[in-house]
Amino acid sequence: MSATTLLGALLPVVPLAAALVGLLLPPDGGVGRERSRRTAAGLGVAGAAVALLVAVALLVTLDRPVEASTTWVDLGGLAVTLGVRLDGAAALVAVAVTAVALAVQVYSIGYLRRGPHDDVDVDHRYPPYAAQITLFTAAMLLVVVSGDLILLLVGWEVMGLCSYLLIAHDRRLPGAPAAAMKAFLVTRVGDVGFLLGIALLGVSAGSFRIADVLAHDHSTGMLTAACLLLLAGVAGKSAQFPLHTWLPDAMAGPTPISALIHAATMVAAGVYAVTRLYPLFVQAPVALAVLGVMAAITLLLGAFAATAQDDIKRVLAWSTVSQIGYMTGALAVGSPSAALFHLLTHAAFKALLFLAAGAVIHGVGTTLMSRMGGLRTTMPVTFWCTAVGLGALAGVPPLAGFWSKEGVLAAAESAALDGTGPTPAWVGWLVWLAGLLGVAVTAWYATRLLLRTFFGATRIPLAHPHDPPAVMRWPVLLLAVPAALLGLAGFDHGFAHRLLFPTVPVLPPGEALLVHLAPALLVPVALLLLGAGLAWAGWRRDPAADPARALGPLRPVFARAFRLDDVQHALVVRPVTALATVVRTGDEVVVDGVVEGSGRGAYRLGGGLAALHRAALPRAAVAVLAGALLIGLAAVLIGAGA
Amino acid sequence: MTYGQFLLVAVLAVPALGALAVATVPRDRAARLVGTVAAGLALVPAVLLGVGDHNWFGYGPSPGVRPWHQLDLPWVPGLDLRFHLGVDGISWPLVVLTALLTLLCCGYTLWRVPAGGGSGRALVALLLVVEVGILGTFLALDMVLFFLFFEVVLLPMYAIIAGWGGADRRRAARKFALYTLFGSVLLLVGVYTVVAAAGTADIVALTGGAGLSRNTQLAAFTLLAVAFAVKSPLWPLHSWLPAAHTQAPTVGSVILAGVLLKMGTYGLIRVAVGVAPEGARWAAPVLGVLAVAAIIVGSLVCLAQDELKRLIAYSSVGHMGFVLLGVATLTTTGLQAALIGNIAHGIITGLLFFLAGAVKDRAHTGALDELSGLRETAPRLAGLLGFAAVASLGLPGLAGFWGEAFAVVAAVRRGGPLWTTLAVLAAVGGALTAAYFLRLLRRVTHGRPSPAVDRVGPGLAAAELTAWVPLVLLALAVGLVPTLVLGYATGPVEALLEVVR
Repeated sequence: MSATTLLGALLPVVPLAAALVGLLLPPDGGVGRERSRRTAAGLGVAGAAVALLVAVALLVTLDRPVEASTTWVDLGGLAVTLGVRLDGAAALVAVAVTAVALAVQVYSIGYLRRGPHDDVDVDHRYPPYAAQITLFTAAMLLVVVSGDLILLLVGWEVMGLCSYLLIAHDRRLPGAPAAAMKAFLVTRVGDVGFLLGIALLGVSAGSFRIADVLAHDHSTGMLTAACLLLLAGVAGKSAQFPLHTWLPDAMAGPTPISALIHAATMVAAGVYAVTRLYPLFVQAPVALAVLGVMAAITLLLGAFAATAQDDIKRVLAWSTVSQIGYMTGALAVGSPSAALFHLLTHAAFKALLFLAAGAVIHGVGTTLMSRMGGLRTTMPVTFWCTAVGLGALAGVPPLAGFWSKEGVLAAAESAALDGTGPTPAWVGWLVWLAGLLGVAVTAWYATRLLLRTFFGATRIPLAHPHDPPAVMRWPVLLLAVPAALLGLAGFDHGFAHRLLFPTVPVLPPGEALLVHLAPALLVPVALLLLGAGLAWAGWRRDPAADPARALGPLRPVFARAFRLDDVQHALVVRPVTALATVVRTGDEVVVDGVVEGSGRGAYRLGGGLAALHRAALPRAAVAVLAGALLIGLAAVLIGAGA
Repeated sequence: MTYGQFLLVAVLAVPALGALAVATVPRDRAARLVGTVAAGLALVPAVLLGVGDHNWFGYGPSPGVRPWHQLDLPWVPGLDLRFHLGVDGISWPLVVLTALLTLLCCGYTLWRVPAGGGSGRALVALLLVVEVGILGTFLALDMVLFFLFFEVVLLPMYAIIAGWGGADRRRAARKFALYTLFGSVLLLVGVYTVVAAAGTADIVALTGGAGLSRNTQLAAFTLLAVAFAVKSPLWPLHSWLPAAHTQAPTVGSVILAGVLLKMGTYGLIRVAVGVAPEGARWAAPVLGVLAVAAIIVGSLVCLAQDELKRLIAYSSVGHMGFVLLGVATLTTTGLQAALIGNIAHGIITGLLFFLAGAVKDRAHTGALDELSGLRETAPRLAGLLGFAAVASLGLPGLAGFWGEAFAVVAAVRRGGPLWTTLAVLAAVGGALTAAYFLRLLRRVTHGRPSPAVDRVGPGLAAAELTAWVPLVLLALAVGLVPTLVLGYATGPVEALLEVVR
């Protein structure tokens, strides 16, 4: 095992160890509450910091893709291995994951402290919270470095579990347990497909090692089926239509958790998993076309739903759904590097936005934008950081999101116009047009969020909001740096080279393929100005009113995200519940009824026979004589026959 | 007598003598202590059985069963009955699990005797007798001996349910005894069908079919499979289970779910499939369909269930469905999945019943409507319940995952429309399993504490932790290092399938 692979193996193991120790700390503290809280926070921060160091070391030392594995278990000739598969993309994603995790761990120390709005018996139970974040990080890192599909599945599902635990963390919100359950269950439904896809690939290749699966020559039909099945899992984890419904509800979790789920872990995992297996998807264009349609729907669905939300976190949640749509769109048109680039910039600016939103919520004690306004003067640091984040989200040049989104749009454009993608040109058109429309809508809702929260007159005169304490301020400030500048890394040859897929041949010197400086850049900029200008004009007319009123009758539809939750409830939840009741009744009445009935029947039969035997003497004597006669007759007949 | 033979005898003799000793010690607490020590001593030879050289030496064509150690003595020469014991990679994990769970249950009884009238001394003695029966079943290599041990378990288990159970215990115990007795009758007929046709009861000689005609094999497999299906239990022959589990005392439920059900699946693999392979091949599709029906029906019933222990009992139906699906595929992958699924279910469901018992003891109710907010009043208990539930729903990285996922993989591997459909349905059943366990956790642990839960204190007794921690660690260890169970099973499973094919 070389030093590089050792680093790769340490990446998930370090936070895992920290998490296991953290889970053993007393959960509620009691007498030593403050001390166990400090220990837990220290452990969480240390785990994330060491993981970040390991990830950076890996990024620096990794000069070419490496792979190392050892047999985990052999099930009837199907090898399951414990191994790492490291390349430039894995190292970059690992750095992003650990950096966001570290920011979240530090930020949480300040965020989950008993605040002025809390009642007396609030107990945040910090030790399990911090340990679960660490476990979450470990699981995501396992997905990132794993060289085996089963091992990847371990990290994949442990992430689902951690999201469940963390979303349900806040015991003051009555909706949190339901939201947590929904998050786990919806992703788990997607994972039915994921498991079956992995099973198909593993059985076909005779091994679950990713390298073996990629090297094997699969039959086309099987490959298409497997890729489509995998997409179900990807849709669940990455909140793609139609399995996106859990993500907005997951806002019931504490805000740092939202940052973690939306930026670095969980939703990124689906996109990342597809890039890991991309050579298979290229051979299954049908699956990629399905992914393209899913991406286009999700992209617009999320963007439109974000326009009408009043809850600041839900705006951001829907924007995540929409931005992941850009990433899957890039995958569908054949550009995993553009997807990964957008994944990285999105990790930076979305973590920034959520943590800044957390500062706002912390300051004003509500998540509703209708009760904010005018915070620019009282919370200047938060304001500027949010502005940078929203600019990056909307794609204001030269902030990070501009360059990465442009990469996605350029890939879609060339797939549409020149047919360069692995899928038919119409998929390129679909993604491109949806992406362009999405730019305008994103600019609209980003502008609305900024204006509603930070501009105009305050709508809560009694509160005295102020910028957060240092422990929360610094993570936000530091995240603003990559949110602003990471896009420029696209010009860096080394960075581009790490993200570019190994299938891309040697890069022509001097050309940075992640960023294209072309006149086409002006189109998204124009659309951006259009969207932002419309929102600004609407706000200008009446700064106290919500620009969303311009949506007219569509507003309630957008606010409830096209009522897909209701559809899901009517088509899945209610039928399954009803079926369960029917099956339970059937099992108890029919299946057990037969058993009980046979018991009762035997008892009654016995009783009847017993009653027959309790006869008075004359009838008994007759019966004995009749019996004797019968036997005698039989004896005679049989005797004669013989 | 070699070292291995000594161990084989010791595994059975220690708990048997322990039961006698418990019965003779007059004082209750001292007797329970003696019983616990005996259970602890029995674990030693059980573990030692698996240590050492596992190669098989012999002449001629290699048989389907290649025991590491065996003991073959004439027992009733007139009837050609032999006392034939042996252990290999299929039975050894189950032997250890049995010895471990009995030890944990005896230790638990040392701390608390379930209310209901019976003395703790008698309960421990009965637990040890049950242990002898179960261990004997796993070790027997003679069909008649197998049947005898299979039956030894029945009455003591009846007594445990009827003596220390809940309010409706007598009815549940009676149903358990009569229903499984019905299965035993079929087993007896099946055993004698085989023995009469083959002229021997030696499982080693019989494995692979041993010249039995096709019709005999079909008849024998049907009889044996139905008998084991009652014990496992396979839907729709499961309806004794929920009643027995709900009424049984905690330790009874743990033994029942943890190892007693495994006698059915073990018997199916070792006896039914081994002795009548032709029949197994013939019945495999039916078995597979029933197994998947068990998974789906079990999960759906759990989804609509409103009593804690009953829910866990029904979850066993679903989990054993995965095990039986693995067996039904008749592939190496499937059988290995079945073996690890068996062990994982024993560990996890044992833990679940311990925890459900603890919740019921504290809140004095098991109705889901009356339980909520456990994480507020007893965070540790809620955390452990969460861990057990998550392990049981098959989270990758914990023990339950391997059996479920690889039963699906085995069905996919088997290929063809039927098995692919079964694989898809079983995977959907996995999602349903998650649904009902999450519902359980939401009802029991989340929300505001209900009046019943408000009384519950946060503390856990040391005896409880001692009983639970080994199971928690095992669930984790088997999940991370599946070779703990499967390391020794590859050879035996391949040997079995070699002669079955």
